[in-house]
Amino acid sequence: MTAKEAKAQIRPNRHAALGLSDGDLLEMYYYIALARALDERMWVLQRAGRAMFVISGPGHEGCQVAAMWVMDKKKDWFVPFYRSVAACLVKGMTPSDLLLGLLAKAVDPSSGGRQMPGHYGHPGVKILSTSSPVGTQYPHAVGIAYAAKVRKTGEVTMVSIGEGGTSQGDWHEALNFAGVHKCPVLCVVENNFYAISVPLKLQMAVDSVAIRGAGYGMPGVSADGSDVLECYRVAKEAYDRAQRGLGPTLIEYRVPRLGSHSSDDQQERYRSKEEIEEVRRRDPLVTFGTYLEEAGLLTPDRRKSIAERVKREINEATDYAEKMPLPDPASAARYVYWEGD
Amino acid sequence: MPEIRYIDAINQAHHEEMARDERVLVMGEDVGRKGGVFGATMGLHEKFGADRVIDTPLAESSIAGVAIGMAANGLLPIAEFQFADFIHPAFNQIVSEAARMRYRSNNAFGCPVVFRTPYGGSHGTALYHSQSIEAFYAHVPGLKVIAPYTPYDAKGMLKTAIRDPDPVLFLEHKRMYRLVRGEVPEGEYTVPIGPAVVRRPGTDLSLFAYGWMLHEALVAAEQLASEGIDVEVVDLRTLKPLDTETILQSVTKTNRALIVYEDNRFCGYGAEVAALIAEEAFGDLDAPVMRLAAPDVPGIPFSKPLEEWFFIDQEKIATAIRKLAAI
Amino acid sequence: MAVEVKLPQLGESTYEGTIGKWLKQPGEHVQRYESLVEIITDKVNVEMPSPFEGTLTQILVPEGQTVPTGTPIALMDTRDEAGVGAVAAAAAAGVGSRPAATVTSPVATQSAPTTGERTRLSPVVRKLAEEHRIPLSELEHLTGSGSGGRVTKDDVLAYVATRHRATPGSPVAPVSPSQAPGLGDEVVKLTPLRRSIAQRMSQSKREIPHAYGVNEVDLTELVRWRDAHKEQWRTQAGVNVTFTAFFAKATAEALRAFPFVNASWHEDGILLHKTINLGMGIALDDGLIVAVIKHADQKSVMEIARELDALGRKAREGHLGLDDVQGGTFTITNPGVFGSIWSMPIIVPGQAAILATDAIVKRAVVRNDAIAIRDIMHLGLSFDHRIFDGATAIRFLNHVKARLEGARPAEAALGDF
Repeated sequence: MTAKEAKAQIRPNRHAALGLSDGDLLEMYYYIALARALDERMWVLQRAGRAMFVISGPGHEGCQVAAMWVMDKKKDWFVPFYRSVAACLVKGMTPSDLLLGLLAKAVDPSSGGRQMPGHYGHPGVKILSTSSPVGTQYPHAVGIAYAAKVRKTGEVTMVSIGEGGTSQGDWHEALNFAGVHKCPVLCVVENNFYAISVPLKLQMAVDSVAIRGAGYGMPGVSADGSDVLECYRVAKEAYDRAQRGLGPTLIEYRVPRLGSHSSDDQQERYRSKEEIEEVRRRDPLVTFGTYLEEAGLLTPDRRKSIAERVKREINEATDYAEKMPLPDPASAARYVYWEGD
Repeated sequence: MPEIRYIDAINQAHHEEMARDERVLVMGEDVGRKGGVFGATMGLHEKFGADRVIDTPLAESSIAGVAIGMAANGLLPIAEFQFADFIHPAFNQIVSEAARMRYRSNNAFGCPVVFRTPYGGSHGTALYHSQSIEAFYAHVPGLKVIAPYTPYDAKGMLKTAIRDPDPVLFLEHKRMYRLVRGEVPEGEYTVPIGPAVVRRPGTDLSLFAYGWMLHEALVAAEQLASEGIDVEVVDLRTLKPLDTETILQSVTKTNRALIVYEDNRFCGYGAEVAALIAEEAFGDLDAPVMRLAAPDVPGIPFSKPLEEWFFIDQEKIATAIRKLAAI
Repeated sequence: MAVEVKLPQLGESTYEGTIGKWLKQPGEHVQRYESLVEIITDKVNVEMPSPFEGTLTQILVPEGQTVPTGTPIALMDTRDEAGVGAVAAAAAAGVGSRPAATVTSPVATQSAPTTGERTRLSPVVRKLAEEHRIPLSELEHLTGSGSGGRVTKDDVLAYVATRHRATPGSPVAPVSPSQAPGLGDEVVKLTPLRRSIAQRMSQSKREIPHAYGVNEVDLTELVRWRDAHKEQWRTQAGVNVTFTAFFAKATAEALRAFPFVNASWHEDGILLHKTINLGMGIALDDGLIVAVIKHADQKSVMEIARELDALGRKAREGHLGLDDVQGGTFTITNPGVFGSIWSMPIIVPGQAAILATDAIVKRAVVRNDAIAIRDIMHLGLSFDHRIFDGATAIRFLNHVKARLEGARPAEAALGDF
């Protein structure tokens, strides 16, 4: 065996077994990088006083990209929560779309500037409009899935929430209903161990959200949010179940929360420096990048070109969004009720 | 023309709309196998099956929330809450989500859901099977609230609500289910949501009411007619959006206004009607705008004498009319 | 404290008054009920008694000026309690035999609003007042049908109907082309008397269903008897004893026999008046005025004749008092003096009927199957058909007729009539 062959033998290739091509992986990496860059740009804009508020999901990108990768981007439904930056990008929203929302511009697809940033929605790519009361979106997703079942459309729905939201009554009611009626829905929980400042052990009496699946008649699985391929694997299994009419799956992704809750929060006040450092090591951008490097896919050139592409796209999106006008107050009273469109 | 009960009118509306449009379904506790605890959804489960007539878990918030999701994905759900008293867990879903869906998404998504629930006091219904909730929900922009009185209106307006692209809260007074009868034509018809109707024209005083209070008011009006006071009784029917034109027209004619509602008085629905009249018909008023409503205690007490103290009946309405007419 | 003296409402249908003569001057002390000022209305001239005791500090309306009822005309400094009641004792009596307000018409009482309860005028009342150009001060003096005497919308509408405030160019009265002044036409401004007559006649015709009864009286005997004795009677009585005095006496007695003819219509019941106060029509230059002979049934022809004479003089001189014109329960009008042979007079509002005595004319009539020339007079009774019917009307007339036709010996004294 040559040295090359030997090297090839130890090169990790978990993704092939999962049905993912090299191209898939590079694209997934691109999305993670894009999401991160967008995230960082949003924070910069907020700290620079150009945006009022920002809430995002650094650290969540890996599991979101992985889970969304299993979905049919055009046909299926997604019900996000406020950290779903990466997931929305994969589903089909663009960086411009998100920045228009951040800057509350008139052509913001989520809400026309009517909602705070982070309240994603886009009818064109079948992302349901979301609100601030945490947990309300879960019954919505179950309803969408039920409709798909009854109408026999074949659509699968994914809904996402933080672990704090799983304490809400709505979350439990939704899972209960989904379990009873075997709704084709992926119930994703992105557990980053903090609900703003409240740590997991004060949020629930169990160590993992996944155990609750049994209570609602569905499998509950847990995956390391830093292991993108594992995240993909569990999502794929859940998707297959849903497609085969076996109903919902509860997926817990344990992810590192790299930043504060939002621009109104400062995590240094309740998280130690050591902990924040430790968590950074589990950054999926880093861990997935490492896997791709080891798999020989992410060469320095590719890394650089991806970085440049991402930078360019974010810059273009920022320029575009900043130029767009703010909403006209004359439009503020519209669409309380259906207006006949 | 056949004469049917209020409950039958509601049942017929379900049957017709579900047959007419396969997207319509009904969900709630006991709506399927039992046909509803009052019988409102009788016969639907057998005819349309379990997929479209869903016996939900005992979880009001998800009854509303799942319905909202269904409506986002091409269905037209009717979500029943067994008693209006139990709708409060769904308040968040109805008020924060359903009512705001269209506005917050800048018209990207609507919410064509009908929320149906029996409300109001009957004998022995006590604190938690008798509440009026219209004040809470009529307050929210984006939601429509209706409280028809006649079986004709109940059927016609429920059909309209089911076809409405916006969320509608349908308040059915439980006392009327079997007590109120009326003629309902056999063919297809709807009644629009919005317009109020003058049930009894009069010249001396305008009385505005809805639901069971309308029933009592009409009896009181006949009694007062024999005393020489000619009361115009207006059935509001739709609480939101409010038919301001009919209300103001009536007050311009009679110059005196009495609003009767069976909810607690303070911040009740009638306060809005009173404010409207005071603001827009001030120049035509010959007396202060008066409200007759229930005492401000947290619910209808159960024991008969307590219950009677609380209830507004035709005698109390008649007394209020006389008092206003004498000013 | 300073108080306002306001122009009171004098008489049922007076809504303004002219200041005649100030009887007190600023600085002078005035006793309560001491005469303060002369007020002239369309009907009567009145010396207004002061409602307060105190010092007259300021005259607000000068002599000769006409102001609406309720207008402050003077200021006084008084130690009296504020807002105490009656403005004029005479005016208080002016309500007369007409009972207090029915539901549909406001009664002008003389008491100003008592302390604390300022009359509230609701928005619609104010709106109507503006539309009909009624000063709010007028409404504030009404006692309405609402609670606490509040003036209601219905009260205002009734007030408008009875008030008839016709001024040239009033928006209430549309002018048809034939009424608009043409070339050479002259507009005669309405005097208070003319306006008052117009209002009362209109009200009467509008509210009272008039029906008519007529009969024929053979006065030959009376004429002969009077001709024979009138000079003697003139000396005796000091005044001319006119035919009218006889008519009045006969009518008064008939009224005693037919109480429903001496009555007033009310929704709750017909009011039969105990006293018989005959209103006698007196023609003045610019209109007809009715002066009242109180208790006519208790007076002799001579007394009636004297009273008629006195009232006539007072009327022509403009000195009729309130008491002279109010309280009538029945009215006799005498168009016969002008030559009328058949009249259908208009009932005075508040009364049941009015009797017209037409001219005494020599006619050819049938007596005992032969033609005779007799002195014939028609009696016309206009009556309120709500109160009684034609049968009563004719019977009443026949009673009067019988009284007047009765033959009497040539030597009969006046007192025997």
